[in-house]
Amino acid sequence: MFRSDASKLSLILLMTPFVLWIGLLIVLPQLGIGYISLREKVGPREYELGLANYIDFINEPIYWNTLLRTAWMSILVTALALLVGFPVAYYIAKIAQQRSRAALFLLCLIPLWVSDLVRAFGWIVLLRETGVVSGMLQTAGLISGPVELLYNDVTVVIGLVYTVVLFMIVPLFSTLDGMDNSLLEAGYNLGGSRVTVFRRIVVPYAMPGIVAGCIITFMLTAGSYLTPILLGGKNSSWFTEQIYDQFITRYNWESGATFGVLLLGFTSFVVWLGLRLTGQSLANTVAKE
Amino acid sequence: MNVAAPQSPFLRWVYGGYMFAFFIYLAAPLTAAGVFAFNDSLFPSLPWNGFTLDWFFNDTEPKLGMFYDRRLLRGLEVSLYVGLIVSALSVAAGTCNAFLFERKEFPFKAALHVLMIVPLVIPGVILGISILVFASIVANGVEETMSWDWDMLRPGLFLVILGQFSFLTTITSLVIAARLRKFDIALEEAALNLGATRVRVLATVTLPYLAPAMFSAFVVAFLVSFENFNTTLMLVGSDAPLTITMYDRMVKVGSTPVLNAVSVFLMLGSGLLALLSVVVQRERKQP
Repeated sequence: MFRSDASKLSLILLMTPFVLWIGLLIVLPQLGIGYISLREKVGPREYELGLANYIDFINEPIYWNTLLRTAWMSILVTALALLVGFPVAYYIAKIAQQRSRAALFLLCLIPLWVSDLVRAFGWIVLLRETGVVSGMLQTAGLISGPVELLYNDVTVVIGLVYTVVLFMIVPLFSTLDGMDNSLLEAGYNLGGSRVTVFRRIVVPYAMPGIVAGCIITFMLTAGSYLTPILLGGKNSSWFTEQIYDQFITRYNWESGATFGVLLLGFTSFVVWLGLRLTGQSLANTVAKE
Repeated sequence: MNVAAPQSPFLRWVYGGYMFAFFIYLAAPLTAAGVFAFNDSLFPSLPWNGFTLDWFFNDTEPKLGMFYDRRLLRGLEVSLYVGLIVSALSVAAGTCNAFLFERKEFPFKAALHVLMIVPLVIPGVILGISILVFASIVANGVEETMSWDWDMLRPGLFLVILGQFSFLTTITSLVIAARLRKFDIALEEAALNLGATRVRVLATVTLPYLAPAMFSAFVVAFLVSFENFNTTLMLVGSDAPLTITMYDRMVKVGSTPVLNAVSVFLMLGSGLLALLSVVVQRERKQP
């Protein structure tokens, strides 16, 4: 009797911080922006509930074009990160010598510990008109005058892939690391070509890592703010920039909250779709890190 | 012979070249950000005018070093302050969550566990605005009903701390829970059989076992908090942490080598902390 009371008490004590945290900082605030997004201003300090903010969004091509552009670029960045990251993860997990493996892995992680801001700043120093790359190209005689390499979509994509590729490599590495080489051998012995073995053995084995990596990189890209703005300049038309603009610059919280809900809804939908299509669960993929 | 590796020497060479190119790609912007902190020039660009430490230690304009730049120092101070508080809070909450999910049974456990992970997949900007909105709804409510101005809930450091805490707690919970999962419950039972009270067992057996994980969770939380930009940007008031100060400087003044100096400082700082955490992890592996 005493024991069960004590364990009930400790359950309540342990539950309290969790409930306060998730309730006050996650659930209620999300409901809060949902509520504000449904509020339309009809007069000074007078509001009505309705879908007007969403209708405004649909009627203004600039807004939904920005969302589509952000979505499309995020998917592109995710695909590129997978393409760039997979060989790297495979090399470190399967090809590198046991001894150099840890060092290579750590080397991959170093940029992770440097702020986004520093990384973006590094790209600026490299790529701007008076930057290092432009200077080097001039010295090499390949171009005659300074060339501006910033403020275009290619640079934004390169910068974004740079920011997120590590989040792709880490889950890929941990799944590939668990793969037994005898699986590959068996595949070859049964007459599989390199392509077949890769497609039928390596990829299915790495699937949880691929899904986890893609989800994390997609979320990070769609939610990124610094890289598109600093590398893309004022006209980067990134959706988070719109949100910031509505909230902080124009003080239009109603439409800012609407954009927030739309971005969250959209990214959650993509994540859900990804998990659904591959039969994975959130706890299995993202939480493994 | 490694079956995983390409069989032809040419392909192996190509693969090696790819890896090399990848590491160059990783290192390039960091090197660029770092190197120009030591260039004796007013702009972070070529040509190289010679080595200098002025961007760290010079006390006069126009080459004001970072350690004499009041606003940058103030930003650093704010970042340290926020980072320490947030990490301590999120490690405490993370430890509770780890015990909750590893040791207790309760209804809807699986669903609540998913809810615990969710903050990691909400974009930082959205976490920021949602907390901003909710705090001001509460503050307005308090003001109207009790005509009591709750300044704390307006943009400022308190909200920055709450905002960072909201997603760092997920990270610390996962790190600490992973360690707790490996704990052999028989150790606790033995201590209980020997007559120790529950509190004593917790203090002398379980928590010391968790200490390395709590320490690395603290370091990770501190680093992430120090670097955080998106959530902080939405919640910041007049006292800005270093990343925000740096961003302001970058947008308003343009890039100056003092920002390179700050970058070097940040890289060294986080490198050292990460190394410290690796060393602690390694020590605990040795029995």
